[in-house]
Amino acid sequence: MSDLQTTQEVSAAVIDALIAKHRQQPGALLPLLHAIQDTVGYVPESCYISISKALSLSVAEVHGVVTFYHHFRTHKPGRHIMQICRAESCQAMGSEALEAHAKKCLNVDYHQTTADGAITLEPVYCLGNCALSPTVVIDDEIYGRVSPAELDALITEVKVSEVKA
Amino acid sequence: MVTKVYIPRDSSALAVGAEKVAVALAAEAKSRGLDVEIIRNGSRGLYWLETMVEVATEQGRVAYGPVKVKDVASLFDADFIHGKAHALSLGLTEEIEWLKKQQRLTFARVGITDPVSLEDYLAHDGYKGLKNALKLSAADIVKTVTDSGLRGRGGAAFPTGIKWNTVLGCESEQKYIVCNADEGDSGTYSDRMIMEGDPFVLIEGMTIAGVAVGATQGYIYIRSEYPHALAVLNEAIDAANEAGYLGDNVLGSGKTFNLEVRRAAGAYVCGEETSLLESLEGKRGLVRFKPPLPAIEGLFGKPTVVNNVISLATVPIILDKGAQFYADYGMGRSRGTLPIQLAGNLKHSGLVELAFGATLRELLYDYGGGSASGKPIRAVQVGGPLGAYLPESQFDTPLDYEAFAKLWAVLGHGGIVAFDDTVDMAKMARYAFEFCAVESCGKCTPCRIGSTRGVEVIDKITAGKDRAKNIELVRDLSDTMLNGSLCALGGMTPYPVLSALNHFPEDFGVSSAGLSSEAKTA
Repeated sequence: MSDLQTTQEVSAAVIDALIAKHRQQPGALLPLLHAIQDTVGYVPESCYISISKALSLSVAEVHGVVTFYHHFRTHKPGRHIMQICRAESCQAMGSEALEAHAKKCLNVDYHQTTADGAITLEPVYCLGNCALSPTVVIDDEIYGRVSPAELDALITEVKVSEVKA
Repeated sequence: MVTKVYIPRDSSALAVGAEKVAVALAAEAKSRGLDVEIIRNGSRGLYWLETMVEVATEQGRVAYGPVKVKDVASLFDADFIHGKAHALSLGLTEEIEWLKKQQRLTFARVGITDPVSLEDYLAHDGYKGLKNALKLSAADIVKTVTDSGLRGRGGAAFPTGIKWNTVLGCESEQKYIVCNADEGDSGTYSDRMIMEGDPFVLIEGMTIAGVAVGATQGYIYIRSEYPHALAVLNEAIDAANEAGYLGDNVLGSGKTFNLEVRRAAGAYVCGEETSLLESLEGKRGLVRFKPPLPAIEGLFGKPTVVNNVISLATVPIILDKGAQFYADYGMGRSRGTLPIQLAGNLKHSGLVELAFGATLRELLYDYGGGSASGKPIRAVQVGGPLGAYLPESQFDTPLDYEAFAKLWAVLGHGGIVAFDDTVDMAKMARYAFEFCAVESCGKCTPCRIGSTRGVEVIDKITAGKDRAKNIELVRDLSDTMLNGSLCALGGMTPYPVLSALNHFPEDFGVSSAGLSSEAKTA
């Protein structure tokens, strides 16, 4: 419980600082939400009120923007995020099989996190890597021409990195 | 003597290990005591050969690829530093047939220069266009762009000069240049390649646009899926600001142009210009009614030029070499060149810039090398997820806006996605509706509701329920979406759906597109 409170307090201070940094920008809401998610990992609903006050918006407007865009999350994701491209070019190169394989291996569906909290699986629609489909992104790394076997290797790599950490 | 070695920093090259190759190559050079300077260039666009490593020799740049980390030691053993032969040798880069046959105008520098080196940009004809533009009147800059015949490369193909002229004619204390870099169409990556491989050409194009219409602030609205492009752009903008190519006194002209990059947040519909403007204003990306046109009431209600990356990145060469030089390329009303992106199931996918007029067949087979799987190419989707599917019988169509329009198809942003004969076209039609449902902004009913109903009806057809009746229903629904949607998302989703149905009825369980096989036999 005390841990949770500490996290919340830190978040509030961090978020206030980000608000102060971005509030004067024209069209500040998206840059601010990006900054929050980049820092905290997601956009906690608890910060809607302070954002709405700073930008003279209603809480509903802030909520509307956060939930309109696929990129923003309102809940803490797994320690790693795996995105699989579902767009046409990747489909032409077998992404459907790759998706099915990933869901089976990780035992999750899209927008879910593995039981150990390690990996959140997300769909994505085009990463501009269409010349080397199918494409997978893990955290900040992009991978092209990914076969199910290579996906297994990437998942193993994530697990190994977790053990080391 | 220092040897220059080029290893791309392009996202797709990184996706097949370019970073690891660069690290390994640097380490190997060091351990052998060789003086090697590694330059992280853009990609030449021959993606099946990535990671393509080039070395500068007296004869010119020599290429090797696809290079993996395990090949690095053997490259040094073979003395690649002096361009010597190796199993992965591709010869002189400029002599590679695939590249040599192209007409690279917009992509003239991509893969050649160091993307973030202003010095390198200037050494390769950079900023000549802006320097010429600063000597012209605003009206003459706009006239040059109009006379070049350049049409919006984002997909709508609206004449760029006409759009600029509208903004030029508006009286306002503030105007904006907005670059639409929300390249969300599957099968397209030319915007990304420019931003990662030659960001200064986009910056220069936007600056010229600003000078031409009297806008002092520019925004590049870039997809959040393009983190590498974002980083390169910001680095280049800093360099341009520092050297006086951006800022309050552009090249001592007394003119102001400031530029900022804004990240999108994963909404496909924000590639639509009015939705993009809403998003830049910090709102949900809801499509606006038109009129008013963004050129008259755009960002924050001010006159705004909204152009695609490729349109803006083509402006510098037009101002450098003249309207006629550019207009001499192309066919009919499609003037200049189109950077075509080959994608999907092709052996040799990559960037092919050619004058308008090449046929799909040339691109799929002469450049694309046929399917990657070795199976026959059955269908191609041109122009992104809202583009029509074309069957083999239409592969001789020239790439020209009007020729495609005649087939009830679109060129769009020039992306070509090939599918082999394992594709299920009913599934692709279903996907088109599903994608529309996921990405709809929700403002208009045909798109918001129609997309979901479309998925359901396709499911009934593939399940064999009342096929004739349900195919009629899909056509009726498509008609409503085509004519009743606010923007191209709902309005063009019927293109992939109906083209799949019309050209590949057998995948929907019917022998001709109107009737089900049961109905026929009955």
